[in-house]
Amino acid sequence: MTSLPLQDASTDVRPRTISRKATGVDAVFVHSIRVVGATVLVITGGVGVFLGWQALPTLRRYGWSFFTEASWQPEADVVGIAAVLTGTVCVALVAMSIAFPLALSTALYISEYAPARIKSILVSMVDLMAAVPSIIWGLWGYFLIMPHAADLSVWLDRNFGWIPFFDVHDADPNAAAIDISRYSFSMFCAGIAVAMMVLPMSCAVMRQVFSQTPPGEKEAALALGATRWGMIRSVVLPFGRGGIIGGAMLGMGRALGETIAVLLILSPSFEVKGRVLEIGGNTVSSLIAGRFGDASKSQLSALLAAGFVLFLITLLVNTVAAMIVNRSRSGAGTEI
Amino acid sequence: MTLTSETGATTAGKTILPTYDDDAPPPQPRPALGRPTPDEQFLRVGTWVSALGLAWLITQQLLPLQGWAWFLVTWFACMLLVTGVTSTISGGWIEARDRIAASIVTAGAVIVGAVLVSAVVFVVLRGWKPLVHLNFFVDDMAGVGPKDPFDRGGVAHAVLGSLIEITIAVIITLPLGIGTAIFMSEVGGRFAKVVRTVVEAMTALPSIVAGLFIYTVFIVALGYPRSGLAASLAIAVMMLPIIARAADVVLRVVPGGLREASLALGASRWKTVWNVVLPTARPGLATAVILGIARGIGETSPVLLTSGNAQFFVTNPTDGVMNSLPLFIYSTVRSGEPNAIARAFAAASVLLAVVLILFVTARLIARPKRTKKTRRGSRPARGSAIDFVQANPLSEMGPVGPQSNPYQQQEYT
Repeated sequence: MTSLPLQDASTDVRPRTISRKATGVDAVFVHSIRVVGATVLVITGGVGVFLGWQALPTLRRYGWSFFTEASWQPEADVVGIAAVLTGTVCVALVAMSIAFPLALSTALYISEYAPARIKSILVSMVDLMAAVPSIIWGLWGYFLIMPHAADLSVWLDRNFGWIPFFDVHDADPNAAAIDISRYSFSMFCAGIAVAMMVLPMSCAVMRQVFSQTPPGEKEAALALGATRWGMIRSVVLPFGRGGIIGGAMLGMGRALGETIAVLLILSPSFEVKGRVLEIGGNTVSSLIAGRFGDASKSQLSALLAAGFVLFLITLLVNTVAAMIVNRSRSGAGTEI
Repeated sequence: MTLTSETGATTAGKTILPTYDDDAPPPQPRPALGRPTPDEQFLRVGTWVSALGLAWLITQQLLPLQGWAWFLVTWFACMLLVTGVTSTISGGWIEARDRIAASIVTAGAVIVGAVLVSAVVFVVLRGWKPLVHLNFFVDDMAGVGPKDPFDRGGVAHAVLGSLIEITIAVIITLPLGIGTAIFMSEVGGRFAKVVRTVVEAMTALPSIVAGLFIYTVFIVALGYPRSGLAASLAIAVMMLPIIARAADVVLRVVPGGLREASLALGASRWKTVWNVVLPTARPGLATAVILGIARGIGETSPVLLTSGNAQFFVTNPTDGVMNSLPLFIYSTVRSGEPNAIARAFAAASVLLAVVLILFVTARLIARPKRTKKTRRGSRPARGSAIDFVQANPLSEMGPVGPQSNPYQQQEYT
């Protein structure tokens, strides 16, 4: 016979209260770790706020002309970032137009074509390439690539000079003795070095997205008689579209901020131009690196304003890239 | 079964058994499916050889295209052409497209590999002469001019400076970065979301701007001299968001079941973090930190603005100017003297070796346990009564929310 426990009316039975509030050691842990988080928030957020705050006087003083003025002559009170901003974008675009196809094909090769044995070696080689310091890519671009890049520039100018992008002023590509110095130290040469810096990062993002392609769909395409390229075109590339775009944009965000290779290769000039093959040009980061030393307080503020604008652009590009990559992954309809 | 006779009339079922020919050769075993047949292998090699011949003919005999670059480009173009033609003959347009796409994709990968190898080989070759002198590794550059021979002077002071600067930077960033990651992934809450957003945003900070920030605050506003400490601070400002974010990603792939098991056994949250979460994530955390160090040690721009440039041994980071490897490379190569440039390349080889050692260490540490594996797409179904995804210990469970980016893991490389 079952005996039920008798409810004694005198004892007050209530469910115990559940509290997420940390007590004892946990309280110490939670609060101290919160302090660490707050410290990092203050430090990192402080950098951003400080940049914006320092940029304010400059922006207020020069107004919109800060964005439209090309020359940088603080002694004449003429300061603007139009030239350096176009230069930054040009170098980044050149870098991406070189890095994007290479990154895409490397990612496709690693994820789809490479034999399984060497796949992991290739992956760590791409990672190693990302760890190579930018100064080494600068040396590589300056001493190994630039002579050949100048030859290529002459050839491009000779054959495609009618495209304004490939035009070079004050130089005749068909002359008997070509003035090769007009074709060196250009945004094109700098872009090649920057491309090698951003390539591994784009490649890694693309490869990761490609490797998440549902194997069932790939096998289905192959079973229906598709060739390997047919499978890639109909399954892998559509699935990885977000990763391709996002990876390219992340690389672009990195390319915008690259300093040392550009500083080493590009000969500085302040001119708004898209002629990437021609000598001279400037980017925001190389402007900062070149001008910080002899800057007075107001010039420093102008440099900080330029740096702040660069930071905002990079932040925008990175955020959009992150959104694109995220959205592509949540395409759960492709899951089998 | 119906059969159609030659006349076209349909006759009722009659089974025809195959007859065995005793004189026929024994059946050959089918070759493995994935492996190319001898035909295909011949086609592949033959394509290369014939394209080589065509390229030689075009560049050397027909058109005025000098140089090995043109030769390689023409070779590749001819190879595409010959591949297209041969595969159209054997398999039609679809196969031709497949082969051509494979060639192009492979060529892209080969170019990238060639670039990496060329960079490493080129740097070591150009810097070989100073590298064979022992004094290059033990001396500083005090009193050594840019034109001096290689048996005088060395980069030991730059190596020492780099090590001191990166050590201070790591001492600052490691506790803060990993602490923030623990805060973001283990404690959570609304404030953690704010921290995460800001940290993610600050990974976009260009390294030169980090250097400019320290230069403005530490050197101009506070009036300290340029020193190794300022350089360390600049590197730390640059590395902090990178390490925090990478460590956050690593901690978030620790299986939630492990945490729950520990808590269910009565461990406190602190014990859970210290005895379960961190040990599980140790290889991943080590990789993240080491790759962050590799990035920090190679960055030139923050150091360029903050540390000054000493030609001699400096051991005290607060005591005036200090040199470091990237800065030494940059300033030496700028002098334009052939000997100085060779020295810069030798220093670049040393820097490359340091990065390589760090990289290999990271790989070796990360190998035994694969905690850094990315999870596959499926997200926990929000709002359902029983969360099956969270019940699966193999899937990641972030207490804050399932916002995880696949690219985050790459961010610190």
